[in-house]
Amino acid sequence: MTAKVAVIGAGMTQLRSITPDLSYKEMMFEAAVKAYNNAGVDPRKDVQSFVCSSEDFWEGTSIFDEYVPDQIGGSLKPVCTISGDGLYSLITAYMQISSGLIDVAAVEAHSKASEMVSIRNIMSLALDPIYVRPLAADPYFVGGLEMARYLHESGNTREQCAKVVEKNRGNALRNPYAAHPSKTTAQEVLASEAVCHPLGRMDIAEAADGAAVVVLASEERAKALCENPVWILGLGWCSDTPCLEAREWGEAVYAKITAERAFRMAKNVRPKDIDLLEIDDSFSYKELQHLEAMGFCKKGEAGVLTQKGETAPDGEIPVNASGGSLGMGYTFEMAGLQRLCEMVLQLRSQAGERQVKNVRIGLVQCWRGIPTASGAAMILTSERS
Amino acid sequence: MSVKIKEYPGTPLREEDLKQGKVLLVSYWPKARYVWSAGVAIGRYLTELKNGRIVGRLCSKCGRIVVPPRMFCEWCFRPNDRWVILKDSGVVNTFSVSRITADATRIKEPLIPAVIQIDGTTDAGILHLVGETDPEQVRFGMKVQALWKPPEERTGSITDIKYFRPTGR
Amino acid sequence: MSIKKRVAVVGAGMTKFMRRAQETGKELAYEAARMALDSCGLGIEDIECVTMGSAPDAFDGVHMKGEYLIDGAGAWRKPYMRSYVGGGTGVFAPIHGWQHVASGLFDTCLVVCEEKMSSCRPHPQAAFLTIFDNLTERPLGPNLVWIFALEMHRYMHVHKIPKEKIAVVSVKNKKNAMDHPCAQLAQKITVEDVLNSEILVWPVQRLDISPTSDGAAAVVLASEDVARKITDSPVWIDGVGWNLDTAYWTNRDLYYPQYVENAARMAYQMAGIKNPREEIDFAEPYDPFDYKELHHMEGLMLCEKGEAPNLAWEGVTQRDGKLPICPSGGLLGVGNPIAAAGLMKICELFWQLRREAGKRQVPGDPRTAVAQAWGDLMQVGTVVVMRT
Repeated sequence: MTAKVAVIGAGMTQLRSITPDLSYKEMMFEAAVKAYNNAGVDPRKDVQSFVCSSEDFWEGTSIFDEYVPDQIGGSLKPVCTISGDGLYSLITAYMQISSGLIDVAAVEAHSKASEMVSIRNIMSLALDPIYVRPLAADPYFVGGLEMARYLHESGNTREQCAKVVEKNRGNALRNPYAAHPSKTTAQEVLASEAVCHPLGRMDIAEAADGAAVVVLASEERAKALCENPVWILGLGWCSDTPCLEAREWGEAVYAKITAERAFRMAKNVRPKDIDLLEIDDSFSYKELQHLEAMGFCKKGEAGVLTQKGETAPDGEIPVNASGGSLGMGYTFEMAGLQRLCEMVLQLRSQAGERQVKNVRIGLVQCWRGIPTASGAAMILTSERS
Repeated sequence: MSVKIKEYPGTPLREEDLKQGKVLLVSYWPKARYVWSAGVAIGRYLTELKNGRIVGRLCSKCGRIVVPPRMFCEWCFRPNDRWVILKDSGVVNTFSVSRITADATRIKEPLIPAVIQIDGTTDAGILHLVGETDPEQVRFGMKVQALWKPPEERTGSITDIKYFRPTGR
Repeated sequence: MSIKKRVAVVGAGMTKFMRRAQETGKELAYEAARMALDSCGLGIEDIECVTMGSAPDAFDGVHMKGEYLIDGAGAWRKPYMRSYVGGGTGVFAPIHGWQHVASGLFDTCLVVCEEKMSSCRPHPQAAFLTIFDNLTERPLGPNLVWIFALEMHRYMHVHKIPKEKIAVVSVKNKKNAMDHPCAQLAQKITVEDVLNSEILVWPVQRLDISPTSDGAAAVVLASEDVARKITDSPVWIDGVGWNLDTAYWTNRDLYYPQYVENAARMAYQMAGIKNPREEIDFAEPYDPFDYKELHHMEGLMLCEKGEAPNLAWEGVTQRDGKLPICPSGGLLGVGNPIAAAGLMKICELFWQLRREAGKRQVPGDPRTAVAQAWGDLMQVGTVVVMRT
């Protein structure tokens, strides 16, 4: 299939645990400047639409959409906000270009997680106010329940989940953008205190602050503006039920449907053709669950693959060579865009020390976090087919 | 289509229905707390307010001096160039007279919110209050000057300026 | 710009707009979505994707409100996204839906907008404090109405508009709303009533403002081939535009909504409209306050700057006038559940252009109409042009 839309530039700030010196506006400006420079565009002249990701309660400001245009060059231009992960905004920008309405779009997402003092209270606000919130439980219980059911159904083990943490935080040591690189061992993960059994503290990706901007262009503009465009071959997104009571706890059905849609659109691409995956690992077990749901291995196999090193950067199916959320830091609505920026570097052979060999086609995926069952995915390539 | 529908869904309730317990309620107090980094631009702005000064930023490309300050010019899309210490006087660009507070409670003494264009800036105003004046006397284009809280009461906030009062000149 | 696919609205539905509804947000969304599907004889299985529009989460008291509303909106296991541009959401959500279909990815899309402001106690007004800049404005304790009052006063000052010529809009819309079965505040009032109503933040008085409301609305979009199979009279979305001005609203002259003009130009260009004043048969601009209808008429280039109050005063904007404005009764008459209110205007265009608006029907042969919503800190304009 001839791809019609490409990523022509990307820019990301270094992810950090806290950023007390910078406001979110200054971080967004930095990411935007880098991205527009990378794409070779002037946002005031060349970019025709700006799509940003945010959720009011992460920011502490209602109608956060108000505050995005200036620092990304969008003042008095078509700017909109999607309440979702950066990948959703990217998909929206894709649709805007694909419709023929515009040719060049910019997408933005950021995280100022360090500014949320009462993070668990804020997360609890996303729980159903009538049926779930009155239980007054730590919102991470949703992760604990899911991990327990998933391990029970798939046969994967906590040790294998801990291996994911070891791998990803280790990968992050080679990533200058990462906020939480470390030589963590699986034993340390298993020994960490329980948050909601079987979920332990070190199974959960620590938060980080950062900002990312990505520039998309139509086929014609991409060829004119960019020497190494990254083409979007397929994409998909899906939401399963928000009701915890009605949910499939063992399988990430949203990821399954999302991947099916993305592969269907990418036509001649199969899971075995994917050279690198950058997928959600905001909890250790999620990486395994997503691998299985998206068809990269059979149910119950992901843990063994990880243990054998097949998902290491030099393995059969490299997963999260960037370090993922576990290693780079979990950036809430920016998570998908952060992975996309990593994938763009890998596809352009610009990933330095963490470069995976022979990456031609990659898959990026996100999950919207507790308590959702929503996610999106995108298949990208550096080659014209 | 609109004419074909006989009944539109929706069950209106009155405040009394809630008070009389005719419907069940679930109440919740969100405890959403944040610590916001003021960053470079607003950090300096607030620090200078504590010092009793208003500062802005200049973009030498388009010549605009802006307040509240930011580290970039949104029209030229480039980092702007230097800090400018501004006068603490200005001109009323628009104003209104408020009989209500933030949560719609009625107040006896009206407040006079206004956009005050600070002297020396280009189209740059800030939101603040006009004080020490009868609401009937406020005019578009009226000259005003900041009344600062005494230094020991300032905290590094926009409220370090109590209000702007007419200078009559 | 080279649009490849034509997209039409083929069905619409909405709930009553109420000060406080018994229904939860999910139920409101469901009722509107159900009605929209029934109106064109489709089932949820015929819908390929869903977009949601809903404004501040702070009202419903649910973070990631879009996720919470998934089941009510019929989006179970479908591609689902929520867009959010403040008050402009009600007209942006169908634009977002248009993008889904026009991109070629989908043939049908369900657009749902929901708002449940009554959940916020003691009064939804208080939640609006959080829209102001956390560092430079919130400490002053501003009320949302301040910013409207500042803009209204500036508009009146620049064009020397007497209050009566603005009050007449509130009279018109509340009267128009008496023919709208979902209306919350339909009533016969006079200009005197408006001028005598309680002063909240001068020059804004009680009867200048639309209420806070609960409600939902939904429309079904379809690509050209599919639309013609569903209905004999699809209403085409021929123009879309949106534009966001700088967040630094105190650095702008508020007398004119430049962002509405920019959004309108974008939509008119796509629709091939060169002379909006002549080519638009009627309009539904966003009217949360009476002066806003006039402000937006000018931004939509339906008249000269400063001319709108005179047109209103002279009756030109009445339902049987030369340029009907807000024949539905608008937000002032029907109600203002923020996002749902904007989509209500799209529903109104749909019903009017199909001659299905009953007592609200604009006379003559209207073919082309424009709906517009506004939002944020006097910042965003979202515009849709629809045609039969």
